[in-house]
Amino acid sequence: MKSLDPRVNRLDLENTADAEVVQPNQCWEAFEVFVQQKQGGQHIHEGSLHAADYDMALVFAKEQFGRRGRIFNIWVVKSSHVYALAQNSEDMFANNREKKYRNSNGFKVSDKITQFKQEQKKLSE
Amino acid sequence: MYGSGYIPGLDYTKLNNSIAQEDPQKLAEFEAKIENGDKIEPHDWMPQQYRKQLIRLIEQHAHSEIMGALPEGTWITRAPTLKRKLALIAKVQDEIGHAQLLYAAAETLGKPREAMINDLLSGKSKYSNVFNYPAETWADITVIGFLIDAAAIVNQLLNSKGSYGPYSRALKRICAEESFHLKQGYEGFVYLATGSPKQRKMLQDAVNRWWPPIMHFFGPPNKTSVHSEKLMKWKVKMASNDEMRNRFLDQYVPKVWELGITLPDPNLRKNEETGRWEYTEPDWEEFFRVIKGDGPCNKERIAVRQWAVEKGRWVRQALFNPSAKYSLPVA
Repeated sequence: MKSLDPRVNRLDLENTADAEVVQPNQCWEAFEVFVQQKQGGQHIHEGSLHAADYDMALVFAKEQFGRRGRIFNIWVVKSSHVYALAQNSEDMFANNREKKYRNSNGFKVSDKITQFKQEQKKLSE
Repeated sequence: MYGSGYIPGLDYTKLNNSIAQEDPQKLAEFEAKIENGDKIEPHDWMPQQYRKQLIRLIEQHAHSEIMGALPEGTWITRAPTLKRKLALIAKVQDEIGHAQLLYAAAETLGKPREAMINDLLSGKSKYSNVFNYPAETWADITVIGFLIDAAAIVNQLLNSKGSYGPYSRALKRICAEESFHLKQGYEGFVYLATGSPKQRKMLQDAVNRWWPPIMHFFGPPNKTSVHSEKLMKWKVKMASNDEMRNRFLDQYVPKVWELGITLPDPNLRKNEETGRWEYTEPDWEEFFRVIKGDGPCNKERIAVRQWAVEKGRWVRQALFNPSAKYSLPVA
């Protein structure tokens, strides 16, 4: 087998044994990657990768999610350590959509003040 | 709740390709969600057929990314300038990165990455047929970078609007990088096309050789079947093969022609009345023959992957942590 690629011709493919069948348990672990794009910004989930340990995960994360432009920091977390709600946890989020009392727009005073001023004006007339 | 393995009891090898046994109410809710434009996430209920077809689709896409790096890598050692060499290395690295993103997306459906690589090496899973053709000259690299990447973008932009969340998100990231690939390929193509007579001749020769595989790229015309209609309805397949081919021709044939480069099909023209492109059907028998393994480079491509896995074995073993448990990426 003569290749057009000089690198391939150096591999001695003819005398290389077929690859072993890799078993699912012969694996590295999955890690989730969080990247800080801006100084002082939040670390944002960018994706996942496989690595043998945390240090390797950081190196791979830099190659995979930080090879363009400046990034500031990376976190890696084992995927198996993420504990989360099921996506469709309707019960958890169904109740109490009415949360105006938690927001600034839930509080209005201008009508009261206008009314008060008008009454004061009437009294003084 | 999920930690690792949040698809308990799922055996990806035993997925049923029929929806007859599915719970009709769950199926209706699932279809309503897709109809509504919502994404399906890894731990949501989905029909087995949806899971099976998506695994197949995303896995093939991932394999195509790593196999595509092989013809392009052919010319890294002999790129004509330092700029072209740096760009080509960056592009090839991106393709490997895309494979990583796609394998992760396919894994969320329950098939381990190791199993996908095994299936690639054994020939059980396929990859894009174009990468079984050789890159004979530097001009081939510009044709691949321009026209094959352009075709891939047409396909991937459509698929990024598909219903499966992890695949859709991976494709958005991939498309951003592919636009760099297209630009660098197009620049190399234009430089040859506007260069010396010898450069133009080399480019024309490469275009002539790559045109049939490019026409094969989107696959044979779809026969409308219940199966393909369902995949369209589930937003697994976003457009017919002919529709995608037409979009590609519409966007890119004029860019080739304006440079005075010809395409080796006397029947290729746009029908202004219908807005559709007309062309000679490529040789579909060749297409199926190459898929089955009888292309110019199939053996070499697989042998190189075999070499990489075999020669990397001691590294994997040295780093293998016996207490590591297989875990799926979460999103």
